[in-house]
Amino acid sequence: MIFLRHLLFPFIAVIAAFIVGGILILLIGDNPIEAYRLLLGSALSWPDGIGYTLFYATPLIFTGLAVLVAFRCGLLNIGAEGQLYVAAFATAWVGISLAGMSPWLLLPLCFLAAILAGGVWGAIPGILKARFGSHEVINTIMLNFVAVALCSYFTQYHYKAPGDPIMQTIPIGGGAHIARLGKFVPGLPERIPVNVAFLIALLCCVLVYLFLWRTKWGYELRATGSNPSAAEYGGISIRKQIIIAMTISGSLAGMVGINEVLGYRYRYYDGFSDNYGFTGIAVALLGRNHPVGVVVAALLFAVLQRGGIYVDGFSENVTKDIVQVLQGTIILFVAAEAFFSGSFGKFGLLKRAKV
Amino acid sequence: MIELRNITKRFGSVLANDNVNIVVKPGTIHAIVGENGAGKSTAMRIAYGFYKADSGEILIDGQVQNIATPHDAIALGVGMVHQHFMLVETMTVAENIVLGAEPGNSAALDLAKAASDIQKLSEEFKLAVNPNAVVEHLSVGQQQRVELLKALYRHARLLILDEPTAVLTPQEVEEFFAILRRMREQGKTVVIITHKLSEVLAISDEVTVMRDGRVVGQVQTKDTNLAELARLMVGREVLLRVEKPDADIGVTELTVRNLTVTHADGNKRLDGVSFEVRKGEILGIAGVEGNGQTELIEALAGLVPASQLSGEMRLEGRDVTRLDARTRREIGIAHIPEDRHRRGLLLDFSLSENSILGVHHRRSLLSYAGVFLNDQAIRKRADQIIADFDVRPANQELPARALSGGNQQKLIIGREFDLRPKLLLVSQPTRGVDIGAIEFIHRKLVALRDDGCAVLLISAELEEVTALSDRLLIIHEGKIVGDVDPKVATIEEIGLLMTGSAKH
Repeated sequence: MIFLRHLLFPFIAVIAAFIVGGILILLIGDNPIEAYRLLLGSALSWPDGIGYTLFYATPLIFTGLAVLVAFRCGLLNIGAEGQLYVAAFATAWVGISLAGMSPWLLLPLCFLAAILAGGVWGAIPGILKARFGSHEVINTIMLNFVAVALCSYFTQYHYKAPGDPIMQTIPIGGGAHIARLGKFVPGLPERIPVNVAFLIALLCCVLVYLFLWRTKWGYELRATGSNPSAAEYGGISIRKQIIIAMTISGSLAGMVGINEVLGYRYRYYDGFSDNYGFTGIAVALLGRNHPVGVVVAALLFAVLQRGGIYVDGFSENVTKDIVQVLQGTIILFVAAEAFFSGSFGKFGLLKRAKV
Repeated sequence: MIELRNITKRFGSVLANDNVNIVVKPGTIHAIVGENGAGKSTAMRIAYGFYKADSGEILIDGQVQNIATPHDAIALGVGMVHQHFMLVETMTVAENIVLGAEPGNSAALDLAKAASDIQKLSEEFKLAVNPNAVVEHLSVGQQQRVELLKALYRHARLLILDEPTAVLTPQEVEEFFAILRRMREQGKTVVIITHKLSEVLAISDEVTVMRDGRVVGQVQTKDTNLAELARLMVGREVLLRVEKPDADIGVTELTVRNLTVTHADGNKRLDGVSFEVRKGEILGIAGVEGNGQTELIEALAGLVPASQLSGEMRLEGRDVTRLDARTRREIGIAHIPEDRHRRGLLLDFSLSENSILGVHHRRSLLSYAGVFLNDQAIRKRADQIIADFDVRPANQELPARALSGGNQQKLIIGREFDLRPKLLLVSQPTRGVDIGAIEFIHRKLVALRDDGCAVLLISAELEEVTALSDRLLIIHEGKIVGDVDPKVATIEEIGLLMTGSAKH
């Protein structure tokens, strides 16, 4: 019953957004039913639609989980974007530097690079908050700029193939590639980039759930987010929890690098992220800060992204901008609902962890 | 002045008001008493237009009125002051008061005129509020008077006050009652919602008693007494005195030497405090709130940063001054905090999750390598606490937020008692708790003492702290200024010490 109610409001928000979007399509002189048929039909077709939808969903699951873990500790991680850039570059760097190594060693090292780099980039604002009380929102935003600029710099001046007009590094060693799902799923061609990272993302959902709700560490983290003073009373170090939450959050965001570098392009491609880090905030919000909700929300946003590209190409007036309008409207409705039901407090905007 | 006729209000399956009839005569102070959840606040919120009654009508000055919103109520001269103040802390008193009723034309705000109007009102009722003071710099008592002014500024003739004394110190309560009496003299009508019976007898002209959503009695205050009101309220005979056998006092459990807490701004909130608590005794600390009680108990519980702390604490001779909160709990110091919402509970967490706060890392509540929570063990323990301490409703899946104050408090007490502590630190154990639960909590505290536990009790309720304690220290401005025998000392004597005007 309570579970159903949690599903109901996001669901209504999505429906309402589609209605608003439909009115908009009508106003620009197109047929909304037709546009939606194109949108959903293309995103859910087999194999291309579904394959790409899952591929697009992968980074959003990672960033959604990243934002969720921070939220549960009462923190707003706006820095998933920077964390995933740093992590993707670190992954590529390991993949390039140790290219000749056996896959059995190289692959785990690349994974570790993604997780560690993201974790470190997330831990920095965590430590700054725990040690000096400086606000994580400001610091994560600032670190996003630093991350993007650093990755561009290293790509441009150190890891680009000479004469390559594209801002990308040289390829990583073949041993660091992870398999595309097409290799195992009959009917799914291997050219579609959905890869093992999608399964890793699902596994992370389970792990995040177990961690947050079934372990003593998760209890301490959630208690800190729910009421820092009471957590302190219960013998929990708030400072420690802030650093732990931001580190885990950064690591989860960093795992986008596994999907991008090891499973898709096999190199670092500058500016690859389509705002995954920021969309992750919306995914976590729509998913009600629950791992299952995050998967559902990530899939929905992936459908919109995939369908948007298709609508753009095949419809007269409707462009993929309309998809952005849909995304924006969904967020607006979800936010409105959260605001009215009072869960904005939990969302961490009004009730902040004080150090 | 105002009459509620046959008011009925349901929230879901709960009948909050069942055919309620209340008549408040003009120019009187009318108390509405009842335990938490008796429906007194609901009835008054209906009168103020916060809720809409399912049936029944409201009469003001004999006329049936449709009060659909607080706006309608204000227009009819009804004002309400809520338990939790609705003030903008960073604004001045005048700005707060005019908020929503700004003087001047729509473009220009005439604050100067407002300030002088407010000054006049403040003088008329002797409220002593400076209209230009910033609210966050005011004491709780002063903030309450700002709320009163807010209603008076809107020409309220009837003031509804929801638990107005819950946040006040004994001295402030006296001042506050004087204000209410002045209001009555000026022809205002006051409705005061409370569950403190001594206050009802002290201030009101008439009393309406509610229980389980129904009015169970409306009497003249001069014709009733404490015992009768308590019986009406609870529905049975109530033990008003704490019955306790003589203390069987053992060896010293806690020794505190020169304990000092200095805040970051350089203020000494606790100044060189020394005392002992022995096994099997309740040591009470009396004092006006904000005189270092919070700092004392938090320092003992390990919640004050080491940088602000000096002095020494020993438990059974062992120096515990530098131990963190978790370790202190492990060596047998339990803590019932003064503010259960801020410190004691995770309001959005279930009762079972709340029941393990502080002991969630204990091996007995964990499984699989001491990492995963052991659901079965946790449930069993939570059920035990809920049963032993009569927490209602007895459903450990409910969020703590869903419980009444008394039941939340019983859960916390159950959790801390389950530690089998050597030393119990307890602050304001019955604040915002209904009479039935107060009796229960007092009995449990005495029972713990009789088991040989050392209890340090801090309470703003002078009656409570004198009734429960075996020895009583008086704290004033962070210093211990008196050490009295509560069986011998009079309330006047203790009160004088509390104000710092007498050295014992």
